[in-house]
Amino acid sequence: MKLTILILEGPYNHQASDSAYQLIQASLASGHEIHGVFFYHDGVYNVNKQMDPPQDDRHIANRWAELGKSGIDIVVCIAAAKRRGITDEVLVPDTRISGLGQLAKMTMESDRLVVFGD
Amino acid sequence: MSESPKKVMITVRKAPHGSIYVQEAIEVMFIVASFGMELSVAFIDDGVLALKSGQDTGELGIKGFMASLGALTDFEVTKVYADQQSLDDRNLSEDDLVFIGEDEETEEPVKAKITSSENIAKMMAEQDSIMSL
Repeated sequence: MKLTILILEGPYNHQASDSAYQLIQASLASGHEIHGVFFYHDGVYNVNKQMDPPQDDRHIANRWAELGKSGIDIVVCIAAAKRRGITDEVLVPDTRISGLGQLAKMTMESDRLVVFGD
Repeated sequence: MSESPKKVMITVRKAPHGSIYVQEAIEVMFIVASFGMELSVAFIDDGVLALKSGQDTGELGIKGFMASLGALTDFEVTKVYADQQSLDDRNLSEDDLVFIGEDEETEEPVKAKITSSENIAKMMAEQDSIMSL
């Protein structure tokens, strides 16, 4: 099955990003395809490379960069990003900023949209 | 992609002014509608409070979304529903609701259609995707 993942909450403060990551790992292991990941609302903070969590904890932004490197399209909403000071300069590698149209397109092209919020 | 347009429902369940969820949800409505998908929108739970008329965020120093809400039909967001039970629970009735634009044919001002939770559940079951924002 072809999935699009929508993440609406920021890192660490909420579990949305972690749950989405776990679902993606489980989906890939089960042979599903992740068509794309879209960050909206405070979700845009998840790919800020300036985060520097304690070393014995997970690095949420790097997780998304790794998935991006593996070929999954990781997209941050430009309108939500601009409000929150997230620019190309602070993105982790293999992620990109684009419009809400990308969310519409990904949704249209996928079998399922899975939303992670609060 | 299937031949018929995808059916997408956006649900709004959070209260209007303590957070930006509703405002950013409206921005998604405009974009999804412009992509030729069959969009419906359901205001449920505290989300129905966004539809209450006479709200003004000016003194909060927040731009707010009331202007956007009043122009939904201009942006082809025409299937807009409010959950009856959620309105009842909050002592709201149709008279309390804002206009969300004009009817395309009659040019009469229109409001969200009030419908039962059962009906919204039925509509949800028919969607290809639901965006719970």
